Amino acid sequence: MAEVEKKEEREVPYYETVLGASPEKLATVDYKPPAKPWMDVPPKFKKLDYLNPAKVKWMKVIDLPFPREWSPPDEDWKLPENWKEIFLNGMEDRLKRFRSFQLFMDICVRCGACADKCQFFIGGGDPKNMPVLRAELLRSIYRRYFTTSGKILGKIAGARELTVDVIKELFKYSFQCTECRRCSVFCPYGIDMAEITMIARELLLLLGMHVNWAIEPVGKSFLTGNHMGLLPHTIKDFMDEYRDELEKITGFKVDVPMNRKGAEILYIVPSGDFFDERGVILTIATLLYFYHIGLDYTWSTYTSEGGNFGLFTSHEMIKRLNAKMYAEAKRLKVKWILGGECGHMWRVINQYMGTVNGPADFLEEPVSPITGTKFENAKDTKMVHIAEFTADLIRHGKLKLDPSRNDHVIATYHDSCNPSRAMGLFEEPRYIIKNVCNNFYEMPESCIREKTFCCGGGAGLGTDEQLETLLRGNFPRSNATKHVHEKFGVNRLLCMCAIDRAVLSMGLSYWCPQVTVGGVHELLANALVIPGESPRTVDLRRQPLKRPITPGKIAGKEA
Amino acid sequence: MHEEWKTLFDPSSPKQVPLVRKFFDGWKVTIGLIVFLGISILPFLFDLGKAAPPPPEPKIDTPEIQKMVEKKCIEPKSFMKTEHMVMLDDWRDWYVREGRSIYTATDGKQYNISLSNTCMKCHSNKKKFCDECHNYAAVTPYCWDCHIEPKEEG
Amino acid sequence: MSFGLSFWVSLIAVLALILVAWVGVEGAKLNFLFGAIIPYVAIAIFVVGMIYRILKWASIPLPFRIPTTTGQQKSLPWIKQNKIENPSTALGAAIRMVFEVLLFRSLFRNMRTELRPGPRLSFASAKWLWLAALAFHYSFLIILIRHLRLFIEPVPSPVKFLEMIDSFFQVWVPLVYITDLMLIGAVTYLLLRRVFIPQMRYISLPSDYFPLFLILGIGITGGLMRYFYKVNVVGIKELTMGLINFSPKIPEGIGVLFYIHLFLVSTLFAYFPFSKLMHMAGVFLSPTRNIANNNRAKRHINPWNYPVKVHTYEEYEDDYREFMKDAGLPLEKED
Repeated sequence: MAEVEKKEEREVPYYETVLGASPEKLATVDYKPPAKPWMDVPPKFKKLDYLNPAKVKWMKVIDLPFPREWSPPDEDWKLPENWKEIFLNGMEDRLKRFRSFQLFMDICVRCGACADKCQFFIGGGDPKNMPVLRAELLRSIYRRYFTTSGKILGKIAGARELTVDVIKELFKYSFQCTECRRCSVFCPYGIDMAEITMIARELLLLLGMHVNWAIEPVGKSFLTGNHMGLLPHTIKDFMDEYRDELEKITGFKVDVPMNRKGAEILYIVPSGDFFDERGVILTIATLLYFYHIGLDYTWSTYTSEGGNFGLFTSHEMIKRLNAKMYAEAKRLKVKWILGGECGHMWRVINQYMGTVNGPADFLEEPVSPITGTKFENAKDTKMVHIAEFTADLIRHGKLKLDPSRNDHVIATYHDSCNPSRAMGLFEEPRYIIKNVCNNFYEMPESCIREKTFCCGGGAGLGTDEQLETLLRGNFPRSNATKHVHEKFGVNRLLCMCAIDRAVLSMGLSYWCPQVTVGGVHELLANALVIPGESPRTVDLRRQPLKRPITPGKIAGKEA
Repeated sequence: MHEEWKTLFDPSSPKQVPLVRKFFDGWKVTIGLIVFLGISILPFLFDLGKAAPPPPEPKIDTPEIQKMVEKKCIEPKSFMKTEHMVMLDDWRDWYVREGRSIYTATDGKQYNISLSNTCMKCHSNKKKFCDECHNYAAVTPYCWDCHIEPKEEG
Repeated sequence: MSFGLSFWVSLIAVLALILVAWVGVEGAKLNFLFGAIIPYVAIAIFVVGMIYRILKWASIPLPFRIPTTTGQQKSLPWIKQNKIENPSTALGAAIRMVFEVLLFRSLFRNMRTELRPGPRLSFASAKWLWLAALAFHYSFLIILIRHLRLFIEPVPSPVKFLEMIDSFFQVWVPLVYITDLMLIGAVTYLLLRRVFIPQMRYISLPSDYFPLFLILGIGITGGLMRYFYKVNVVGIKELTMGLINFSPKIPEGIGVLFYIHLFLVSTLFAYFPFSKLMHMAGVFLSPTRNIANNNRAKRHINPWNYPVKVHTYEEYEDDYREFMKDAGLPLEKED
């Protein structure tokens, strides 16, 4: 766990060196649209600022069409011969499959309410990143080939020919949208850019085009059960290591149940929790927490991924990857499923899982084994969010908590896009945070809860391959964090999403390096007062505590 | 081992997965359409089966007008038809606010500025002259908020 | 399309419509065509077109339940759910729709994001768009209802009452309708923001300017008829009553301004089903607003859900059996 201990100390943030631009310079955005009409502005792929195409190997693993070697700056994208026909057939098919798609093609009035709501437009100023215009990229094709007025009037009706440049443009901007749905909150008709981006990506996929940052995880997840491609024994090794680390810090030797049949609960987390440094701390925290409450549960190596990059690929891929959850729950004969801190995982569970892979009639309606609370809201999907589960425990007084053990942390909370706008998980995490931490400050109202910003790296964008775009997209969230850092001394940005944990760390290292990122249950585990605990002076990430922990004492007083 | 799987991503047959074509949310959409249709044809429904009502025919057959040799108003008929409300409004302002009591018509003749004593002297048949059109066009002048409405038979 | 082209093409189109009606009535004396046939055709296109479009949408499945949740979900009983912004029942979703349709709830959230030196992002209130949209739609509705006085005899008292309220301030003669001013004002605002806000100008299409010019034309001709060049209202009502009773007749001396007005209105109706104006019906079908967020409690059915290729546990264990065995992980098949 060496990488956790060492605090990153740099004069000039790493990304500043890579980019050669200071935050002040990068945040000087020119919002003035070009003089040329947007249809006449061809897409450009700036050096080191595009996502690399999906690799042939991984395309083949998941049977995607036209795998090939190509690169966005290339003139020739090696499109299949009948690419136009494939694209338009695919579009026609989807117009008949998704009412959302047909409707969203038809009813936009271009009122512009969404324009300055997208983090990529705010941070970058490219007019094609205004959700309305990003949608028009596809809508203009729709008009040309699927509406009478567009066929007759052409440009006057806002229609344009489908050309190779249009395909390139769609590729560029479909991967500058994180499907975060912030625009859809403000749209008077609820037009959801995420839905349009998802379809656009499906259409590109028909031509064998997608980004490797999404397709490789999909392929790996398909084979190994997780995006990282961690093999079963590797996960086992990692978990043993985390168990030992936990013992070193707290003195508790806990069990790590893996692939155990007959457990009551199957626990599924994003694979970042096995690997990413902040996720690992969350895993250590969870081990302690579950040990404390005596949960009868198991981890699974086959379902070692809660996240689902299928969501960023195609509706079909959502189902293909998600199928493992129920399959494993059935095989292990558990009663229900508990899901960890993850973002888009919860969009899939809340909005897709029951539909694509249900009904889960072999499971039982979830009941908390400790409080007896029935999770009525999850009675069909049979999958409960860990924040719901924990909030219920705290409410029933089943956890002895000492929030002063987190006094070295001054926290703010970032609502992840998907649990916010595709689920509505707002109060549960806040309830937990307020019970485990004395210093909690909200960011401004206009950028939390349903209006929360995306980290800038969701939907397969969370890589420094297109570093500039990523940092620009990340800017609004990091800027709000900086605001509470300066105002309240906030030093920890809490979130419940693996991509957030990774991308916000990248972004903050550039925009506001004084703030670190962490999970909510990390603070919960820090605050747990557990019978038989040993004295310690550090928290679970081995940061010094304000006041050393004396067993049996809460906030320094006798318990 | 696998059940028969399908895909939307085989471009040689993009429609391998059959489409479902039927009406969804049937009753909700039906209610919506009925409401829409109802509102659209509401005016038609009101008048269903009725013949078009005869247009109003304002009468100028009062005794005072009968007595006139040349039956004409203080200004030409076409002007009076469209501008009488403006004239009455002007009259009120001139009389009440400026104290003027004489109106000089375009033909040079002079009249007392008075609704009751000039206009209604000839047009003593308010119901048949004023109300006929005003009711038809749903116009509610507020002359009689202040002026005393002339008494009429029938 | 460049801004100039979009703007001028739309303006010229509306001016051309005015010219067509003018020449048609004043020059060619096609009063019956403009006073009866075109209005009938326009209404027919409107009604049939609307129904066709709605049925087309309704014939497409909603494979996934994808409401945009803008409030606290229903979870634990002691956590207060936002039953309107994040409905878990059909009733809640219906109420959400009422707010959306009648009050433009989502547009009310609008705010302006500003990047200030620092760099510091700030969020300012921006309710003008919402206010103008609300003013525009409601004044349009009231004006439509007011026009019923030309289609029903005797005029129903609610219509008279509405007219009385609308002319409450009793200024000018004939009395000025508040909604006339609101409509013209709001449409002008909506037009000007498209012209002067650079981003709006960049995204606007002829199909954005055209309806605005058309409605502005309708409002202006209507206003001219009422306040300045007064037309023969009695004659107009004879015409409209004839239309509504399917015994159209064209009284003399109505004035060309009326025919221009009627032709623009007819154009608007006929244009409606083919345009973005379909948002009027579409908003009711918007899947991010009109359904409950209760997927985890109640399974949503996708009618074209199909079996997909998956990687089963058996295949997984076959792939990694040796590793799993060495790591001491339980196996289904030992060999």
